[in-house]
Amino acid sequence: MHKDNGTTMKILRLIRPYMHLVILSLVFAVVNVAFTLYAPILVGNAVDLILGKGAVDFAGIFRILKKLTMILFITSAAQWLMNLCNNRITYHVVKDVRIRAFARLQILPLKYVDSHQYGETISRIITDVEQFSDGLLMGFTQLFSGIVTIFGTLAFMLSINVRISLVVILITPVSLFVASFIAKRTYQMFKKQSETRAEMTSLVDEMVGSQKVVQAFGYGGRAVERFDEINRRLQDCSLKATFFSSITNPSTRFVNGLVYAGVGIVGAVMAMQGAITVGQLSCFLTYANQYTKPFNEISSVITELQNAVACARRVFDFIEETPEAADPVEAVELMEVDGSLQLADVSFSYRPDVPLLTNLNLQVKPGQKIAIVGPTGCGKTTLINLLMRFYEIDQGTIFLSGYDAKKVKKDSVRKSFGMVLQETWLKSGTIAENIAYGKPEATREDIIEAAKAAHAHSFIKRMKDGYDTQITEEGGNLSQGQKQLLCIARVMLELPPMLILDEATSSIDTRTEIKVQEAFHKMMEGRTSFIVAHRLSTIKEADTILVMKDGNIIEQGSHEELLAQGGFYKNLYESQF
Amino acid sequence: MLKLLPYLNKYKKESVVGPLFKLLEACFELVVPLIMADIIDIGIQNQDFQYILQRGALLVFFGVLGLTCSLTAQFFAAKAAIGFGTELRHDLFAHIEGLSYTEIDRAGSSTLVTRMTSDINQVQSGVNLVLRLLLRSPFIVVGAMVMAFTIDVKAAMIFVVAVPLLALVIYGIMIITIPLYKKVQKGLDRVLLTTRENLAGIRVIRAFRTQDDEKEQFEAESDYLMQMQMKVGKISAALNPLTYVIVNLAVVAIVWYGGKRVDTGAITQGEVIALVNYMSQILLALVALANLIVSFTKALASAGRVNEVFALQTSILSGKETGEAENQEAKVVFDHVHFAYAGAKAESLSGIQFEVKKGQTIGIIGGTGSGKSTLVNLIPRFYDVTDGSVRVDGRDVRDWELDTLRKKIGVVPQKAVLFHGTIRDNMKMAKEDATDEEILEALRTAQALEVVEAKPQGLDTAISEGGKNLSGGQRQRLTIARALVGHPEILLLDDSASALDFATDAKLRKAIAQNTGGMTVFIVSQRAASLMQADQIIVLDDGEMVGIGTHKELLDSCEVYQEICYSQLSREEVTHHA
Repeated sequence: MHKDNGTTMKILRLIRPYMHLVILSLVFAVVNVAFTLYAPILVGNAVDLILGKGAVDFAGIFRILKKLTMILFITSAAQWLMNLCNNRITYHVVKDVRIRAFARLQILPLKYVDSHQYGETISRIITDVEQFSDGLLMGFTQLFSGIVTIFGTLAFMLSINVRISLVVILITPVSLFVASFIAKRTYQMFKKQSETRAEMTSLVDEMVGSQKVVQAFGYGGRAVERFDEINRRLQDCSLKATFFSSITNPSTRFVNGLVYAGVGIVGAVMAMQGAITVGQLSCFLTYANQYTKPFNEISSVITELQNAVACARRVFDFIEETPEAADPVEAVELMEVDGSLQLADVSFSYRPDVPLLTNLNLQVKPGQKIAIVGPTGCGKTTLINLLMRFYEIDQGTIFLSGYDAKKVKKDSVRKSFGMVLQETWLKSGTIAENIAYGKPEATREDIIEAAKAAHAHSFIKRMKDGYDTQITEEGGNLSQGQKQLLCIARVMLELPPMLILDEATSSIDTRTEIKVQEAFHKMMEGRTSFIVAHRLSTIKEADTILVMKDGNIIEQGSHEELLAQGGFYKNLYESQF
Repeated sequence: MLKLLPYLNKYKKESVVGPLFKLLEACFELVVPLIMADIIDIGIQNQDFQYILQRGALLVFFGVLGLTCSLTAQFFAAKAAIGFGTELRHDLFAHIEGLSYTEIDRAGSSTLVTRMTSDINQVQSGVNLVLRLLLRSPFIVVGAMVMAFTIDVKAAMIFVVAVPLLALVIYGIMIITIPLYKKVQKGLDRVLLTTRENLAGIRVIRAFRTQDDEKEQFEAESDYLMQMQMKVGKISAALNPLTYVIVNLAVVAIVWYGGKRVDTGAITQGEVIALVNYMSQILLALVALANLIVSFTKALASAGRVNEVFALQTSILSGKETGEAENQEAKVVFDHVHFAYAGAKAESLSGIQFEVKKGQTIGIIGGTGSGKSTLVNLIPRFYDVTDGSVRVDGRDVRDWELDTLRKKIGVVPQKAVLFHGTIRDNMKMAKEDATDEEILEALRTAQALEVVEAKPQGLDTAISEGGKNLSGGQRQRLTIARALVGHPEILLLDDSASALDFATDAKLRKAIAQNTGGMTVFIVSQRAASLMQADQIIVLDDGEMVGIGTHKELLDSCEVYQEICYSQLSREEVTHHA
């Protein structure tokens, strides 16, 4: 509960820049409600001037109706303006939150992103924010005017007649009571329904998502059986949830009818005694019709708001995630990078209880090639993570051109490396935009130059719009190899003195693969390179081979040295035949 | 939506009774203003306390009747709608399960899942809404108008003007906003895309230090989304104020004109109040209708999407043959096989011809898109050839009964997918009654025994959805074991060792060769090293078979094969094994 208060405070802080709009909205709401409630009184007054045949005060009615017409227009104008204010506040706040969340994403440590599923983060920035916005908008438009309506109605009714007002005041809460009673009872049913639905979704997701496997094993029939079992349970609990929740509306309407009848009887008796006029009675009847509505609305708004606050909390949790440590003030720019690199007693682990790299030492001279090999999942990418400072080492020092990497600005470290990963990431946009990703000011000549260097020019030329071809979502219109070539071209445009390459071989066709190889070679000329090696040729040409297993570097040396050692590497090398 | 209506057939009674009771309830509601008018005109006029009480009691009585009717209506509507949803779900699921690869490729499995879940839910609640409310609102509007006519024909003319005007306003606003909502959706999609892109590319973005550019782009997209939302908001926010003005102007007219009619003695004061009441009932009903129409359009769109899935017809129909093999010697024969994917212009395979003997191991190699996977997919009839024929055990695969054919074949797909459940459940996919011994034996051959033995719960280890709690290599070995459990006559390994390291890959191939006597094995791979020892290697290039033979033969004769080998292995490694 305490945490919720915190969230509410944070929401209020978000709204603060739009305080003037909030106040304006409140003013419009009050005007709107007051006039909305005043209208029935005017109608009642007019009706009172219509007494019977030959007893109609037209002059009086005209005056009242003129006033009423004016009020009508004011009311609806106020209502519209209030809605506009609320829209403006809500969508601005939502945009602010979203941008803050996105900005946070840019500075979160990789550790956070790697350990959370994309879907989870996306749902925070998109779905949760959306839910929050819906709740906020509803809260603004309905909660406040609902409350004003309730009190306004009370005031108006009491000012006309206390006794009839009592009838309304006493019976109305019954409706609230009924509604909350039903809501409590149905909550369990809805919970069961959504659980069963989730169960069904995950089955469908699995069976349909992997339908090819299902078919290959002739599992379809059994899948349908499993589905039907869940489907039957879903039918059962859905029926209950749907029916019982749909009782609310008729029940509150019934209570409303009771209020109406009560007002009718008591009012008629009083009118008979002359305590009120018929017009006032008609005005009361209108109130009686309207009075329960804000109650019902408020109860639904409150559920919505609770949901919105819960969503907001998730968004705030994300926004408040600890970011990557900022560069210390005394951090320097790397001015001259000679390509030398040294790891001194470096230790690192992803989880404190599972040690990974311990006291690692490595000396790399400018222009050397370092190949990293080892079985799947041995932690080859860990080294990349550390060099790029995606993750920070726990102990020891990495020296870059003689500088302690920790005392250098992160961006400056990253700038000195060119990186090509196995997962070829391209942005939606044109091919040219993607090549110029790191250097938006590059001219078309520069881009073509880079593409040629990466052996990508010929296939780009053959595409429909050449360099202006749009890359569809996740590069669906390019083959894996072509994507790899674009990633290489992207680095080629501004070749840094050091390289990190993850050789992707598994899904590239032979012809492109040869090109990728050539491009890699061209890139590496005279540059210090770290290569996650899948190919024997690369491994053998490397100056130093790091053999990794279970997260440790177990052997280190040149191809010949390692073969001579007769250890794991020799085994690995020979086992392929 | 209409095409889905037959699903209500089983619930005919409920679908009629539901709306009927709802209308009955509406009738009771419509009578209320008339009774009130009587109370005013007769009760108060004549100072008749008894009459007022009587009529008051009548109001309560009608209230109770209304409640009963409405509860009955809700129950039957819910029963019909949920029953409708349940049957629809079953049929759609069974339908999807019966689709072949061709249709699934075309539709995409993620869309199929959303259609199966959220779209059907949307349609189900749409049906429920329609049964409960769609008739009610227009009925109230028309009913209130009719009642107005029974009170006074001339005063009712005000209704005749106001109601179409209201309908026009609601319709107009909907027409303007619906396309705008689509723009909002597009804006949201952009924001979503950028977020996803930034997550996937986080390493590249940081390496290129473009965080600020990305932020800028995201801000621009968020801003566009906000502008669109505000634009729609501006228009849809006018709906309530506009209807309010129209209804109340009508009230003004009723009071003014009603006054005149009362003056001439045509109607009474109470009847004027009744007319005013009918007008406000119309307002409430119309607001409800407007909300309803929004959900209804959504349901309609969903129904359309569900129907699209039903429109997909499976292109693979089962043959009849269940009996013995015709020719055991030639296990698999490709006879002038041509194949093109649906909608593709170029053929993916052209003129493929080869014969495989029982017990042979066949390697298939070639670049991406050269047709390797396509070729093996033709054997279990995941796709049908466009020309020529594929024969298994001497019969055209199209003559075999589908289940019989697929029982002969064990498939290890490219993507190592395991299902939610225990390892044992997964191992039993091909053979429901497999014993633990059979399973363990298959695991041993697939080099997966250590994976299971490393788990404290052994075969009972739960696998999370998609097998996320296992590494890629472990998953792959388990999927290989899964295919071996059924003791298939033919084993298809579709690039299934790509996540394995060299050593495990080699051990696996050795074990398969030793332990699966008589099994015909197809190995698709990008790695020449994985295939070198096969009895026959088929080299594919751009859908054509450019070579077939042993490693040695191909090295001498096939240029593409040489190219592949030399790009992956050093010269001495290649010739060493030749």
